[in-house]
Amino acid sequence: MGDLKRTPLYQEHLRLGGRMVEFGGWDMPVQYESIMEEHRAVRTMAGLFDVSHMGEISVKGKDTIAFADYLVTNSVSTLKNGEICYTPMCNEKGGVVDDLLVYRISNSEVLLVVNASNIDKDFNWVLERAKDRDFSITLDNISNKTAQLAFQGPKAEEILKEISQVKLDEIPFYHFIHGKVNGIDCLVSRTGYTGEDGFELYVDTEAAVPLWRKILEIGTPYGVKPAGLGARDLLRFEACYMLYGNELTDEITPLEAGLKWAVKFEKEFYGRQALIEQREEGLEKRLRGIEIIDKGIARHGYEIFAGDENIGWVSSGMLSPSTGKRLALAYLKKGYWKTGTEVFVKIRNKLVKAQVIKTPFYRGSVKSKA
Amino acid sequence: MKKYAKTHEWVLVEGNVATVGISNYAQEHLGDIVYVELPEVGKEISKGETICSVESVKAASDVYAPLSGKILEVNEELDAAPETINSDAEKSGWIFKMEFSDPAELDGLMDEEEYKKFCEEEEA
Repeated sequence: MGDLKRTPLYQEHLRLGGRMVEFGGWDMPVQYESIMEEHRAVRTMAGLFDVSHMGEISVKGKDTIAFADYLVTNSVSTLKNGEICYTPMCNEKGGVVDDLLVYRISNSEVLLVVNASNIDKDFNWVLERAKDRDFSITLDNISNKTAQLAFQGPKAEEILKEISQVKLDEIPFYHFIHGKVNGIDCLVSRTGYTGEDGFELYVDTEAAVPLWRKILEIGTPYGVKPAGLGARDLLRFEACYMLYGNELTDEITPLEAGLKWAVKFEKEFYGRQALIEQREEGLEKRLRGIEIIDKGIARHGYEIFAGDENIGWVSSGMLSPSTGKRLALAYLKKGYWKTGTEVFVKIRNKLVKAQVIKTPFYRGSVKSKA
Repeated sequence: MKKYAKTHEWVLVEGNVATVGISNYAQEHLGDIVYVELPEVGKEISKGETICSVESVKAASDVYAPLSGKILEVNEELDAAPETINSDAEKSGWIFKMEFSDPAELDGLMDEEEYKKFCEEEEA
């Protein structure tokens, strides 16, 4: 492992007592004081996350929309300018290269926001796909020039309003506008990874520290906390959002992950043929939620059994503070994924009883699409 | 007499009974503890064996038998309040009491001073 990368907020994390860990090649705070407290702040008030490790790829040129539609499974051509979609990006076998957000800036410009651990893989992938046809586009990996803060929680809008020149109430869910927050140029989107309402703010790297400090300064009296990757993982898990590397990999398809809603078969896209075949043949495994009935907590990679038969594995598992339950996301073989099915998770060499349940585990204040 | 194991358990010895928990240093490193799997009362255990686990938000961490013997009692209050280990690891956050069979095994454990040094070296 070479040197870990640092976001522009690295010194702020140290100053706030962040416990730094490696994540996808980055040195990031897993927590400041307590994951549980940070989780609670986001569920009840708001929390501020540094997500500058995320990657940003700019696509510009006259074929931008056609290229984006070809690149990802969801539809970019039907988005309005100022709208965003969540989408898988698939390989020829239908496996997920990455899951990302596509920001439609104009008829000739989109921004792809990709996972930190996949930035290089994705950029190379996008460059390759651009060569498949004669797309007239320019691609730019602007990850190092872009910082991103996520301000998430039921009170995020109310608090951020105090320093925002952008009219936040005019940004619907999964939409964005360019404007100023505390006088700083931002791209502000109503998106997130916590299951709560809130915003993601994209700024130039130099603006990250002043914006971070200002939000904490005005938020602290309300109980806003800086929140680390530990809380972020717990929050996204309760909302049943995918974590690349856990729920999604190059070997798992969006249909298996329950992301059929983000696959638009009516248009051409890379990996479409494989997904059509899988849809016709039927799935062999599916992502489901399970609740542990007996003792223990299921963790990533644990095996799942029915009798002697290995029928799946846990992709993510935790104690969920919002529900008080020990829950897991798991890939289960055909025949075992119906709600109510009893399965056994191998936890530290013991087979522990669990049951298939509905997802998401928790619904927070996140707005739904009108 | 209070001793510590290299695997970060504390052991309070009274007669032939030892009360065992995880050290304050260990709980600080684990972060918020959300679940404790308690051992079975009556179980025979040998030194170094995994006997139960303490789980933080992020991961499970094994608790090892610091001595050989038999489990006498477990701290059932941890079922409802596992966070007691965060707030008071070396007192009310005890995990189990055991009867130990070989007092010579105590010599393999560290006293408070030695353990403090051991933790400092682990940090470095």
